[in-house]
Amino acid sequence: MSEAGPLPRPEPQYATTDQQAEAATFGMWVFLATEILFFGGLLLAYTWLRASHPAGVAEAGRHTKIVIGSVNTLVLLTSSLTMALAVHAAEQGRRKALTRLLAVTALLGLLFLGLKGYEYHGEWTEHLVPGLNFHEDGPHARTIELFYFLYFLLTGIHGIHVTIGIGLIVWLALRARRGSFSSGYYTPVEVTGLYWHFVDVVWIFLYPLIYLVGRSGP
Amino acid sequence: MTGIPRSYLFTWAALVALLAATLGLAYVPMPGPLNIVLALGISVAKALLVLALFMKLFRAPALTRAAAAAGLFWLAVLFALSATDYLTRKVDPVGDLSAPTGREHRQADR
Repeated sequence: MSEAGPLPRPEPQYATTDQQAEAATFGMWVFLATEILFFGGLLLAYTWLRASHPAGVAEAGRHTKIVIGSVNTLVLLTSSLTMALAVHAAEQGRRKALTRLLAVTALLGLLFLGLKGYEYHGEWTEHLVPGLNFHEDGPHARTIELFYFLYFLLTGIHGIHVTIGIGLIVWLALRARRGSFSSGYYTPVEVTGLYWHFVDVVWIFLYPLIYLVGRSGP
Repeated sequence: MTGIPRSYLFTWAALVALLAATLGLAYVPMPGPLNIVLALGISVAKALLVLALFMKLFRAPALTRAAAAAGLFWLAVLFALSATDYLTRKVDPVGDLSAPTGREHRQADR
C-alpha cells in the first residue's frame, strides 16, 4: 500500500467514488430507520406502562442509579464527539489522529459497558432482576417488576449495540493504523460513525425515561 | 492536535449543558406532566444536535434525509395506530397491576 493510501477507485457497479460513498451512507440510514422501530416497540410498551401506572413507574425510577446513569450519558456524548473528530481526521487523511481518536472512542465505549455492568451488579444485589432475582414489597411491586423488565430489555439491547460498535471501531482503528484509509476513501469510518451516533441518540432518550422519572416525587 | 473543528466542540458543550439542565430540572417538582414534557423536549434538542451536526444530516442529500425521516414516520405510525387500541379501551384486560397477580378478576368474570 502506498503512502497516499489505496487508489480511490469505485466498485464496478458505481460510476464514481462519490456515488459509492453516497450509496453506503444511504444504506446505513435505511438500516438506522429499521433500528428506530426495533427500539420503538419497547418504547411503546414503556409508554403504555407509564400512562397506566404513573405512581409505580415513578417509584421504580427512584430505584435506578442516577449517578452511574448520568456519568454514562456524559461518557457516550463525549464518545460521539471523538467519533465525529475521527471522521473529520479521516476526511483530512490524518492517519495518526484517526487511529488515536478511534481508540479513544472504543475506550469510552468500554467504560460505558463497565459502568453498566457495575450497575447491573448493584441491581442484582438489590433483588431488582425480574424472572431471576426479584423481590419487592408494597402496592407497586408488580409495576416495578414490569419497569425493570423493560429496563433490562432496553439497556440490554442498547448494550449489545454498544458492544457491536466497539468491535467495529477497533477493527477500523487497526485498519487505519495499517493505512487502509485516505482522504479519498474513508467510507467505513463515516458509516460506522453514523451507527455510533445513532446508539448515542437512543441513549439520549433512554436516559430521562429510565433515570429521571419520579425524581421530583417523594 | 491541529484543525479541530470548533463547531464539534460547541456541539459537545451544548450537549453537556443540556444534560446538566435535564438532570437538574428532573428534581424540581412541577405541575402535571411538565417534568416529562421538559425532559423529552431536552432529549429532542440533544438528538437534533447529534443528528444535524455529528451525523451531518444538515448538509446531507435529500435521499439520506428522506431515509431518516422515514424511520420517524413509521415510529409515529406505530404509536398512533397502537393508541387507537390503548386510548379507546374501556376495560383494562391486564387488571390492576398493583394487586398480587391481577388474574383473580379475570377468573371471576368468567
